[in-house]
Amino acid sequence: MRLSPTGALRQSGNLFAMALDVGRTMPRRPFQAREFIQQAWFIASVTILPTALVSIPFGAVIALQIGSLTRQLGAQSFSGAASVLAVLREASPIVTALLIAGAGGTAICADLGARKIREEIDAMQVLGIDPVHRLVVPRVLASMVVAVLLNGLVSVVGVAGGYFFNVVLQNGTPGAYLASFTTLAQLSDLWAAEIKALVFGAIAAIVASYKGLTAKGGPKGVGDAVNQSVVITFMLLFVTNFVMTAVYFQVVPQRG
Amino acid sequence: MGVEICVEGLTKSFGHQVIWQDVSLTLPAGEVSVMLGPSGTGKSVFLKTLVGLLKPDRGSVRIAGRDITKLREHELYEVRKLFGVLFQDGALFGSMNLYDNIAFPLREHTRKSESEIRRIVLEKMDMVGLLGSEPKLPGEISGGMRKRAGLARALVLDPEIILFDEPDSGLDPVRVAYLNQLIVDLNAQIDATFLIVTHDIASARQVPDNIGLLFRRELVMFGPREELLTSDEPVVRQFLNGRMQGPIGMAEEKDAAQVEQELAELGGATKTPGSQALTPRLLPGPGILRPPRWDAIAEREAELRRRKAVADL
Repeated sequence: MRLSPTGALRQSGNLFAMALDVGRTMPRRPFQAREFIQQAWFIASVTILPTALVSIPFGAVIALQIGSLTRQLGAQSFSGAASVLAVLREASPIVTALLIAGAGGTAICADLGARKIREEIDAMQVLGIDPVHRLVVPRVLASMVVAVLLNGLVSVVGVAGGYFFNVVLQNGTPGAYLASFTTLAQLSDLWAAEIKALVFGAIAAIVASYKGLTAKGGPKGVGDAVNQSVVITFMLLFVTNFVMTAVYFQVVPQRG
Repeated sequence: MGVEICVEGLTKSFGHQVIWQDVSLTLPAGEVSVMLGPSGTGKSVFLKTLVGLLKPDRGSVRIAGRDITKLREHELYEVRKLFGVLFQDGALFGSMNLYDNIAFPLREHTRKSESEIRRIVLEKMDMVGLLGSEPKLPGEISGGMRKRAGLARALVLDPEIILFDEPDSGLDPVRVAYLNQLIVDLNAQIDATFLIVTHDIASARQVPDNIGLLFRRELVMFGPREELLTSDEPVVRQFLNGRMQGPIGMAEEKDAAQVEQELAELGGATKTPGSQALTPRLLPGPGILRPPRWDAIAEREAELRRRKAVADL
């Protein structure tokens, strides 16, 4: 493939056009309920276990860091508040995003890429069926729903892990830890995190689908597509995360 | 009755590489046409352009009065319902068994009851000789079976146009013969417009009404079968005889001097015009009710055979 200065621009344009297509086709009937349920089940099954296993040490690391930081600052009574805030606001959407992209997105990309290489996608278009409506929309919706649910899971497991490490291992006081939970965090933090997860799920699925549907060059092309989809998704997710966090702080008044 | 496809000034390139340019031809309604060409001359690209999967740089493809290169996406999906396409490897959906694969277009596009779908699917599976393989997955069957299943799926919506992308690649000669017979029988039965993209000369000699040849980024010739089989155009003759001497080289093309020399060496023996024997045309099987078009073809073939017998005496 030749490098061209407009190549990157064209790629991002096509990706954006695909995202618009997904939005446009989403309300079209008939809704592919079967595909949606299958995909949601599939994405959930490949992400739940790794997510739980990642979020325990993640919660622990945050608890350890905050535990020692609050001790140095002489603010042990706030360790619960700080760790809940960290897990809820940042850690859980990011962990969710990484796993949705890493486990769910790669599977979507590899699946669609293999179908593209075998000309299944072409056959579908010739049979008069829009692959975006038939395959991509159910995957995007499934990934969004699973991301929202996973975010809840990560929050719970992360906070529980933080409690365990702070109270049991670092000899914190359970009462103070629990009592300070709501001094800094508020309900809108949870909503913001869920909205982030929703958007991350959509981005991961759209990028994976785009890369899968444009795979070319045989089996190697599918491998390349999967690789690129992970890299692109991660970059987009972290940028989006930054923007959404910045907007959140502007829009929602903070406590304290 | 099938639909006529009118292609005008079609040009396609990927980046700076021109695949073919200025291709103009008309696929007559209800007739069988074959598009020949050496490997890598963009035959499959041509086929994909006809169904609107690829957009040409220039030119038009007119089907049932509509230029499909200018249609919007959703209109394209409507026009595509006229088409049945057999892809190279069958392009079956790997996650579905053969029955579901073949039933797929019916379930998506029609409101037929499941029992009616079953009747149609089994009828088409019988037609391609796949009865009994319904529960098998595409990964579990041979390439030839996948191809026949792909053909059955292309047939369920009773298309007006059927496109075959190398139906004979990867099949043994006996199966190719069966498949050719099936194609001819189908044409007599459903009267659709057929386009077969291939580089199998034997099929090209027996099956079609019309032959086209793509070479060196352009359509060398397109016309009735007899015209091409007896043509003196060097490229056409080289390809239809499958020999090394001629303009087509291992790497795309040769220089003119070498071609001259080779053709001279080949000598006058094969150079006398009209000396090539016309391969007899494949006719629909005895059980098939022939429409008038095929009756006329059969009569002409019988006439040719009589004349040949007389000449041999």
